[in-house]
Amino acid sequence: MELTGAEIFVRCLQEEGVEFLFGYPGGAVLHIYDALYQQDKVKHILVRHEQAATHAADGYARSTGRPGCVLVTSGPGATNAVTGIATAYMDSIPMVVFTGQVPTALIGNDAFQEVDNIGITRPCVKHNFLVKDVHDLAETIKKAFYVATTGRPGPVVVDIPKDVSAHRCEYSYPKRVSMRSYNPVVKGHSGQIKKAVDLIMTAKRPMLYTGGGVILDNASKPLTEFARLMNFPITNTLMGLGAYPATDPLFVGMLGMHGTYEANMGMHNCDVLIAIGARFDDRVTGNIEKFCPTAKIIHVDVDPASISKNVKVDVPIVGGVDNVLKQMIKMVKDSNERPDPEALKEWWKQINEWRGMDCLKFDRTSEIIKPQYVVETLYRITKGDAYVTSDVGQHQMWAAQFYKFDKPRRWINSGGLGTMGFGFPAAMGVQLAHPDETVCCITGEGSIQMCIQELSTCRQYALPVKIINLNNRYLGMVRQWQEFFYQKRYAMSYMESLPDFVKLAESYGHAGMKIEKPGDVEGALIEAMKVRDRVVFLDFITDQHENVYPMIPAGAGQNEMILI
Amino acid sequence: MRHIISILVENEAGALSRVAGLFSARGYNIESLTVAPTEDPSLSRMTIVTTGTESIIEQITKQLNKLIDVVKLMDMTEGPHIEREMLLMKVIAKNSMREELKRVTDIFRGRIIDVTDASYIIELTGPGAKLDAFIQAVDPALILEVVRSGVSGIARGDKTLRL
Repeated sequence: MELTGAEIFVRCLQEEGVEFLFGYPGGAVLHIYDALYQQDKVKHILVRHEQAATHAADGYARSTGRPGCVLVTSGPGATNAVTGIATAYMDSIPMVVFTGQVPTALIGNDAFQEVDNIGITRPCVKHNFLVKDVHDLAETIKKAFYVATTGRPGPVVVDIPKDVSAHRCEYSYPKRVSMRSYNPVVKGHSGQIKKAVDLIMTAKRPMLYTGGGVILDNASKPLTEFARLMNFPITNTLMGLGAYPATDPLFVGMLGMHGTYEANMGMHNCDVLIAIGARFDDRVTGNIEKFCPTAKIIHVDVDPASISKNVKVDVPIVGGVDNVLKQMIKMVKDSNERPDPEALKEWWKQINEWRGMDCLKFDRTSEIIKPQYVVETLYRITKGDAYVTSDVGQHQMWAAQFYKFDKPRRWINSGGLGTMGFGFPAAMGVQLAHPDETVCCITGEGSIQMCIQELSTCRQYALPVKIINLNNRYLGMVRQWQEFFYQKRYAMSYMESLPDFVKLAESYGHAGMKIEKPGDVEGALIEAMKVRDRVVFLDFITDQHENVYPMIPAGAGQNEMILI
Repeated sequence: MRHIISILVENEAGALSRVAGLFSARGYNIESLTVAPTEDPSLSRMTIVTTGTESIIEQITKQLNKLIDVVKLMDMTEGPHIEREMLLMKVIAKNSMREELKRVTDIFRGRIIDVTDASYIIELTGPGAKLDAFIQAVDPALILEVVRSGVSGIARGDKTLRL
């Protein structure tokens, strides 16, 4: 049967089981919108800015493991989407972004709403395609989903000129697709895994350091089994939180710039470091010259280019995290050897001493609301079972430190790119995917204003996202750095003329609450959780001068933390 | 250290910019880059000459392999290989200089492929270093134009870069 390119597009998305398509219409994609209008399988969510479409699709993907889908028009539609594409790229999130393009005959002519989408997105996508012929459309879409979701996942852009969506051809959707130049390794090399297990058996001060790769590969179960089997301390990166239950005694908290004392000291003093699905980011390692000076390092990653990129490792293992962990567990179970139990006991004693420092303590007697207290109370009220998105800054770190995630895919934040404005639209994607769950966006008055227009989208689709605004009237993280490293010269980190967030929320038909006393925090949160048909904007007026501790200053080693 | 990296890429629009973009985005050096289709029209072969420490070269090869358009890669410098580059040079060739230029060209086993009453075009093929030496040997005042093709490389013996 002959179909138009637009009809083929819609059929392909249906075949892929796409539930939600986040987008915004425009000239170059009108044929496609017309085809979408005439079906009801793929639900289109109309955002208020294309950046939000990509973040919402991203939030959907992070919380479900399925690829997020976006449709935007050419020119400014595509450029607005770039921030969201780059955000997904840095965190390896599977996403397929369809951009409209001017008709093929006009490409290169500086036509109305023309930009070189392929050129602009090239450095921040896993791959991108320009479809020049309607005959290639179905196969290209199949390839796009295949590339986005396999190996190390990532965003893929498909650029569709307007005439391609109008042309007709025979439609059939390929069942599977193979690409000679793309064959990601899944199974880890058993020889390398054996080497790793042998090294692990010699460990006296082992440390498990795991990242977002564990969540992406749905490997929380084998990770938990492995850690418990070995009785090893485990730390998660910002991206890896939830991969291992945070309330488990083996868990020593997040590591890195604002990680716990015990996690960072454990890293610095360990003799065997087992890095799994983590990429030795500079916010984790601190000064690379001082990183893990006494450790032999094992690194498991699906992306060979991640291995020995920042830190030279002793036992590299390329493979899917889930596959490698399962092989490791089997080898350990089949072996009679175990690491020296006496040494491990000593090591735990040391770690518990570090733990005793209570590095996350804060003033609980304050008359002013402490941001940490808000997050802690939210954790208690939601029984640790909410989906929590965040923006970027101090509130993000407090959320990571004080909300104890026991399950994967519950903690959703822009770790790599650090995109302010991410949290709220991401929460919309999460809420759509999980309509009956509690979804909270922990944010600040700086970040929330970067995508505040999505209050309108939430109204249209009755999304009951809870906005937890930690309002300190400062760009807090900037202010903190200025306080520590720029002699308190607070350049542009104070925001005057903030809106009345309560009235703003109400003007969109949502609920707003302003909370100014510590005694009102719990009640407000309990009240907010009851609302199921609209956003509740909780504007917490918090301590302006609170800082995030502990902190590894730039250029310092993991053992050189600033403690409160 | 200097490395010659050869890659087979899908002969598709944009493949070259992906490779070139990777080098500029990650701050790697490119000394030269050549590209042309192979006997299989669906594949192009690129030869990239780059410099860097061992760990940088390792990253370059890994990052290149990661590009979806890259089908296969070989670092020529890891084994015995042959490197060739072609140079075309237009020189002022008048009076007594004509004989001298002819002699230098012969010494380097080059050829004069175009002659006017005032100029020569010299063609010379060899490893990059030989071309450098030739340029050094010619009086700079006589050189009107130099065009170099960039390096091509191929492994010696049984080793091949093919699908």
